[in-house]
Amino acid sequence: MVLIKGGTYTPLYGSDSLKVSVQDFKMDVYPVSNKLFLEFIKKKPKWKRSNIKKLFADKNYLINWKSDMELGDNQSINAPITNVSWFVAKDYCDYLGKRLPTIDEWEYVAMANEDLPDARQLKTYNEQILGWYEKPKTFNNDIGSTFKNYWDIYDMHGLVWEWSLDFNSVLISGESRKDVDDDSKLFCGSAAIGVTDLMNYAAFMRYALRGSLNAKYALKTLGFRCVKDLNQ
Amino acid sequence: MKTLKQISILLLCMALFLACKNKSEKTEEENTADIPVSREMKAELTSPPNVPRPVGRRKAKKLIVNMEILEKEGTMTDGTTYNYWTFGGSVPGSFIRTRVGDEVEFTLSNHQDNKLPHNIDLHAATGPGGGASSSFVAPGHQKTFSFKTLNPGLFVYHCATAPVGMHIANGMYGLILVEPVGGLPLVDKEYYLMQGDFYTAGENGAPGLQSFDMQKAINENADYVVFNGRVGSLTGDNAITANVGETVRLYVGNGGPNLVSSFHVIGEIFDKVRVEGGSLVNDNVQTTLVPSGGAAIVEFKVDVPGTFIIVDHSIFRAFNKGALGMLKVEGEENKTIYSGVVQEGVYNSVDDNVQKMPKADKNVKVASSNKSLAQKMESGKQIYTQTCVACHQAEGQGIPNAFPPLAKSDYLNANTKRAIEIVLKGKTGEITVNGKKYNGVMTRQTISNDEIADVLTYVYNSWGNNKTNVTKAQVAAAKSGH
Repeated sequence: MVLIKGGTYTPLYGSDSLKVSVQDFKMDVYPVSNKLFLEFIKKKPKWKRSNIKKLFADKNYLINWKSDMELGDNQSINAPITNVSWFVAKDYCDYLGKRLPTIDEWEYVAMANEDLPDARQLKTYNEQILGWYEKPKTFNNDIGSTFKNYWDIYDMHGLVWEWSLDFNSVLISGESRKDVDDDSKLFCGSAAIGVTDLMNYAAFMRYALRGSLNAKYALKTLGFRCVKDLNQ
Repeated sequence: MKTLKQISILLLCMALFLACKNKSEKTEEENTADIPVSREMKAELTSPPNVPRPVGRRKAKKLIVNMEILEKEGTMTDGTTYNYWTFGGSVPGSFIRTRVGDEVEFTLSNHQDNKLPHNIDLHAATGPGGGASSSFVAPGHQKTFSFKTLNPGLFVYHCATAPVGMHIANGMYGLILVEPVGGLPLVDKEYYLMQGDFYTAGENGAPGLQSFDMQKAINENADYVVFNGRVGSLTGDNAITANVGETVRLYVGNGGPNLVSSFHVIGEIFDKVRVEGGSLVNDNVQTTLVPSGGAAIVEFKVDVPGTFIIVDHSIFRAFNKGALGMLKVEGEENKTIYSGVVQEGVYNSVDDNVQKMPKADKNVKVASSNKSLAQKMESGKQIYTQTCVACHQAEGQGIPNAFPPLAKSDYLNANTKRAIEIVLKGKTGEITVNGKKYNGVMTRQTISNDEIADVLTYVYNSWGNNKTNVTKAQVAAAKSGH
């Protein structure tokens, strides 16, 4: 894990009066790999595919594994774990004395490119991320295969989506053009009046994805990593 | 007595007449929401340019529609690919055919390999978001909702997930037809085509996988404007067909995201246009406007054989950005309707009436006669981009059936002198290039001998041609040869 120095920033949905503060915290350098997840599941057999309760994961849970403890033929041991539900991701982090990052924390780290803690104003940065969002089937690439950002963190963009602790606080109704009328602070309308970072389409897409999730969903393109508070 | 009988018969007739009249009014005014449905039926879905079978006289049904969303790489034009997001694997998405009063049970499945959540807004549905909020679905999941088709017409559907513009720009749109009671009148041929504008990082024709360019989309500066998702989807072997005497009906949609279409078929007049896909029928229309997020139904009888070019009559889109399709009609000629060439002759007015291209605004250095090949290539490329690219295209690929290719061109490589003469003097009439016939006009190019040498050298040393180095002296010789 590496130290992330906290700070204040204006998130996608905010205005100057809605700045978000993030405390110092530590974050995993890579998303959790298949390898690490296998070790975890050995110790926590209740999360084996054959044991898991329907309440905690849908049918896509580890769907491409050959068996309870074996990856599929085409899956790399060093690729990020995907097809896991929020419940399992959360328990993984808890088990190691860590926790899932909040959306605010995750987005704070994700603002960084190689050189800057906040690269959102750079055209190239947005284009790079969008390029990935358009590129199919990156989920089976190895962890660490994308760039190392300002915080020495890898793979925030370019590999898989990641779970956050409070993913369901995103108020996207699914009718994204209607959300402008909601009391919610997140204006995700096509016109996007009120959004601070009009050009940040990439962030729109992340928020849209989070809005479409349910805690028991297990997506082929969705993994996770953990963070830790400093005082622990 | 006789009179009484007559009166009673008259009354009876009147009563019958009134009853009939009442009945017919009732059908017309019936609230479409009250049309009962009987039984279930799985909807037939088709990819463009095909449409499902007409509904005819069938009763309203519970219509099951299963649609899968696929994000996949596809061809934009020869040598250029694009990551399309699709309803049903095609751009535009599968055609859905319903009748008024149908209860559509719609299941939207988002393929597990997809990156993004999606949804669908059907303009044919009455309800919040046209189904968008009920169909918002994460990858590897599906959602089912249902709606009743209340209004007949041709409607667009599209994805409405943030960022909406990007989802549409990547191809997430299609058409759903709601036929009136008893169905639309039957015609001989029906086709499905839909215009869309695309915004790519590279310019039109730039090779390789092209990514979406958001800034260009916001500026509404399209690199491609095409029918059915790609350049050439309706040309050559993909052309739609009909026989002389048949009536053709085109279901024309426009997905946008930005541009409005001036839909036109060269050499045909639309006998009927169902304006904006609604109930208003306009007759004898040359060009009909198809708004972004809108549609039109056009019908015409084809009377003579030949190839009819389908265009967006915002015409640079057709010849430079791809909005060009073809309808090939076979059958007997009718010389009364169209004669073809009856007579041809020479015409010379006092003025020099030879068409000239305006002299391009050039930054090209007029260099000495002994330039290196690299210098000629550089200068030649500039001249090519200014002068030739509009017709012969960026990679010398030309436009099928309109402008011959320069890439790997047998015609070009066979005779350098002929090529020089064509640039100098223009060319009219039929030629055969790589086995295909072209019959067009190339205007004479008013560029210097030096520039002709450079641009031809560039062409000969690109795209698999025979690497001839054309000299200024050769050009001068060809010029003075006549």
